[in-house]
Amino acid sequence: MRKISLSNLDGLFAKIAEKSKLYIPVDDNKGFAAFKLWAEGVKMSNALNTVRSAKDFFFPQMENLMEFKTEGKNIEIIDIREEKEDFVVFGVRACDVKSFEILDRVFLSEPVDSYYASRREKGVIVSLACGKPAETCFCSAFGIDPATPAGDITAWKTETDLYLKANTEKGEKLLSQVEGLTEDCDDKAVEEQKKAITEIVKKLPLQNLPLDKFGKGKTKEYFDSPEWDELSSHCLGCGTCTFVCPTCQCYDVKDFNTGREVKRFRCWDSCMYSDFTLMAHGNSRVSQKERFRQRFMHKLVYYPDNNDGLFSCVGCGRCLSKCPISMNIVKVMKTLGGKENV
Amino acid sequence: MQKITRDALIEKAQTLLDSGVVTRVLGWKKGDFDYDVTPALFTDIESMKKDFVFGDFCGANFSKYLLKETKKIGVEGKVLVFLKSCDTYSFNQLLTEHRFDREKVYAVGIPCDGMVDVNKIKAIVGDGIVSIDDSAEVIKVETLYDGVKELNKADILLERCANCKSRKHVAYDELMGEDGEVIDSNRFDEVEKLEKMSADERFAFWQNELSRCIRCNACRDVCPACTCEKCVFNNPNSGVENKAAANSFEEQMFHIIRAFHVAGRCTDCGECSRVCPQHIPLHLLNRKFIKDINSFYGDYQAGETVGSRAPLTNFTKEDLEPSEAVNREDK
Amino acid sequence: MQVNEYKPKIVAFCCNWCSYAGADLAGSNRLSYPAEVKVIRVPCSCRVNPMFILRAFQRGADGVILCGCHPGDCHYTSGNYYTRRRMALLFSMLDYLGIEKERTRVEWVSAAEGAKFAATMNDFVQTVTALGENKRLEDLRCKK
Repeated sequence: MRKISLSNLDGLFAKIAEKSKLYIPVDDNKGFAAFKLWAEGVKMSNALNTVRSAKDFFFPQMENLMEFKTEGKNIEIIDIREEKEDFVVFGVRACDVKSFEILDRVFLSEPVDSYYASRREKGVIVSLACGKPAETCFCSAFGIDPATPAGDITAWKTETDLYLKANTEKGEKLLSQVEGLTEDCDDKAVEEQKKAITEIVKKLPLQNLPLDKFGKGKTKEYFDSPEWDELSSHCLGCGTCTFVCPTCQCYDVKDFNTGREVKRFRCWDSCMYSDFTLMAHGNSRVSQKERFRQRFMHKLVYYPDNNDGLFSCVGCGRCLSKCPISMNIVKVMKTLGGKENV
Repeated sequence: MQKITRDALIEKAQTLLDSGVVTRVLGWKKGDFDYDVTPALFTDIESMKKDFVFGDFCGANFSKYLLKETKKIGVEGKVLVFLKSCDTYSFNQLLTEHRFDREKVYAVGIPCDGMVDVNKIKAIVGDGIVSIDDSAEVIKVETLYDGVKELNKADILLERCANCKSRKHVAYDELMGEDGEVIDSNRFDEVEKLEKMSADERFAFWQNELSRCIRCNACRDVCPACTCEKCVFNNPNSGVENKAAANSFEEQMFHIIRAFHVAGRCTDCGECSRVCPQHIPLHLLNRKFIKDINSFYGDYQAGETVGSRAPLTNFTKEDLEPSEAVNREDK
Repeated sequence: MQVNEYKPKIVAFCCNWCSYAGADLAGSNRLSYPAEVKVIRVPCSCRVNPMFILRAFQRGADGVILCGCHPGDCHYTSGNYYTRRRMALLFSMLDYLGIEKERTRVEWVSAAEGAKFAATMNDFVQTVTALGENKRLEDLRCKK
């Protein structure tokens, strides 16, 4: 375990930024955090989490894939991929770190998504323990420990110091890069913080979700539940929940004709949209109820079906605070999963 | 102003349900916390007594839900809807555009002294809100980390309520309590502030704001004026369909067109800004159009009356020229 | 000395009944106006959706001008009155977003005003040339 005084945090960032791009959560003019490129003078946010999740680093909202040029009957395909640079993301919370595992299972299984893979390879994740989880947090319901997040390096922030512990080879490498700035230390302060966090987590209101009611093989049980009608009845069909979600991974591939060449790009898509998976006959899910059901069934049943029971929700709570009508996965779980308890 | 209580609304709903005037009620349903209120449809008084809430977090404008509610096939009777004063303008505007059947709705106007923005509370008290007591003017918020804090309601109002334009209900079948007045609000102050900036400053301001947009379309989907069956931005045949903005042009285009499509029809209900997950001040775009319309073509408030002709589907022979519009001194 | 060879791209939406005929007349009278002006014929100035103007900018236009019949002379009686309101609001909004207001213009040109058409285009091209390339409302993907 290494530590560095918080007063020298800028020094640490500067040292990291010497070798690779460094992104940290930064407050905007309205006090909401977003990951921004660190430069001299950029201060780290104290917010618990960023509005957008950290998935942007590996799976950006919009990404050019390739280009085509036509001349006569010839089509030239241009590979626009460039060698990616190393980058470090500092201050990723436990929930978002877990989301990478969920995305990995989608993008890194055969056929491997090389765009995603190259970013994953180049990115170093420095996670940060959550000293003050919010009431909307329920990561521990999914077995995530906000006191000990995963990642290449785990960091703990106390009143005075930042503690760092490497978990992977990449992390070791980064720690050795900043060795001169940090000092060796015991883990007493960290253990204390961990204990404190664990105590707080016990007090959070959403820790006991009926997760055992969901998971593999539950499709038939819930697909035709009458509750979907009421749950989805006021869904606006916007994409807020999917776009702030760290684990939503649907995208659309489209072509943009610039007049000289065609740029093929992909962008996030949302199963909540009427033009999602649009085919010649239209959208296969004609009503908002079906679209709504798809999203939550995917998180709670379909994904676990295909991924050894792993849920594709990490309990970050973003959809809880951002949904325009305050409908969210917790309400869905309580409504559907609660019915057998009654 | 007398405060309408949850019990009074439930009592009203019970009377109307019992007498058969309505068969269902559009209302607010309590969530896991004191602030995450969800719109819901109640069909019996028992479920209302259990889950119905009314308080400072019931900002949602129900007018747009009436489109779906009145089109339901096989559902008899009227739907009861509670409308705050600002909601009644949207209600009228939708009627003007023949978007729902007035006969299938029973509207009860409820007085409102402003709704509260939970984001403003969070900005003050931080995370970990355990409970919020909004029964009095001083709102008590208890958090995990800081104990109980007392907040002045005036400091944490939703933007649209802080600049409330009217406490007058322009449409209802029945009004609970007393009606308010149209307010001479300061809602155009911020627009004016922007207008006084240089073009470079304005450009930088909007670049900063719009670059945060994640194109979730919440502003569009919540908007009571956006009621197209198929939005141009969702239509692959429109040539401008896009799901994510590729660059600043597409950010600008979406927001200009979104605001333009509701120009003259926007009642300034403020739902777009309320729901924006990135806190983009979208109302500043809509209010610019409203302000321009007022000064170019005379004061016009969308939704004030049913059947009024919107400024963009109207003209006079003496209208000012576009060149005059952008070069006016007094703007 | 370096010669400024910047030539702006101008899109001119012209209504079929007046302004397009005005452009024709300018041609028959051998009045010259810059070749940078690309005329797009529309049935009525009122056909021009705000989206057309934005898309012209997206595709690389540096200035967009909209020409229609004089108010009162619309072939469809009142189309240009609606145009007038729409464009007043749109241009004011573009200005509000910090986009140069000189890049957009509405001009009424009748079928008899070939000279006015040429003069208008000359003037507009000059104005836009002075402004330089459109940077604030551009889609980089469409740039060379």
